[in-house]
Amino acid sequence: MHIPDGYLGPPTYIAGYAVCAPLWAVAARKVRRTLDARRVPLLAISAAFSFLVMMFNIPVPGGTTGHAVGAVLVAIAVGPWGAMLSLSIALVIQALLFGDGGITAIGVNCFNMAFLMPFTGHYLYRALVRFLPAPRGMGIAAGIAGYVGLNLAAFSTAVLLGIQPLLHTGADGRALYAPYPLSVTIPALMVEHLLLFGVAEGFITGLAVYYLQKSRSAWILVPAGERDAK
Amino acid sequence: MSPPGKTKELRKFWAVLLLLAVLTPAGLYLPGIFRAGSAWGEWGVEEIRKMIGYAPEGMERSSGLWKAPLPDYALPGRKGGPVSRLSLSYVLSALVGIAACGGGAWILGRWLAGKKK
Repeated sequence: MHIPDGYLGPPTYIAGYAVCAPLWAVAARKVRRTLDARRVPLLAISAAFSFLVMMFNIPVPGGTTGHAVGAVLVAIAVGPWGAMLSLSIALVIQALLFGDGGITAIGVNCFNMAFLMPFTGHYLYRALVRFLPAPRGMGIAAGIAGYVGLNLAAFSTAVLLGIQPLLHTGADGRALYAPYPLSVTIPALMVEHLLLFGVAEGFITGLAVYYLQKSRSAWILVPAGERDAK
Repeated sequence: MSPPGKTKELRKFWAVLLLLAVLTPAGLYLPGIFRAGSAWGEWGVEEIRKMIGYAPEGMERSSGLWKAPLPDYALPGRKGGPVSRLSLSYVLSALVGIAACGGGAWILGRWLAGKKK
């Protein structure tokens, strides 16, 4: 899901930065207002955690690989805006130091994995957890939220890759950037995420929330400044 | 709000992260065992050329824009060796990643939390 350099035309990657810039500013303001200095380590742990989760490549036998992101678990722990900052840091480090995801695509990749995913997961979790009793219910709610969050991020990635041939095709009919149309990108990315990587994400998120809720670490699931998250 | 007594638990989380770092080579071995290639949509230009018969012009121009110091989580010059050797690079990359991500988020968090007053 880490779009490399050269896959997106300038209009798309500039739009990615243009959309993320105000979101980063809001995230910084929200986090500044609600972050207890003693919760700062959680932000650091979250960034490092998502970085590590993304190193666990899961194979599609005989096919491609993919991975979970951990963004929904992070959102449940530090809130969606905190998650946006943590995930963005992880994605920037991946691009700068490890060449995983392009420099030009940082905006787009952050929109997918640091904004869409944690926000979807966070609000879905909040909605579901009302109907499900803790701690098992919280685990199930978190699992579903993780599954849906990752798949939404994958879908957005597929759409952004798939519109490139529509936006940039040379006079000779050759693609200038990512070559595959939506009819290829959407099935290719969604089948593997719906059947495999999303399931992994759901399991990790659900088990972690279940365990945290049952252990003395339950305080982690109460983001500072969130009134109704008891 | 988190009372100061939580530091012990935070230490536990850092320990879990170190454990995960040591386990990351699973992310190299499993794809090898199941004969899985690169992630969909993250191919290099040469791979694309093989797949569609040509290298898209814009892609060829901008794909080499940035030279990462540790490309693909491998130490320089260590790319393409046997998996057992790549594993060491992979674990070291995981540790570098923990330090960089944790450090970056820590500094940002301290700065934001400090600005509250």
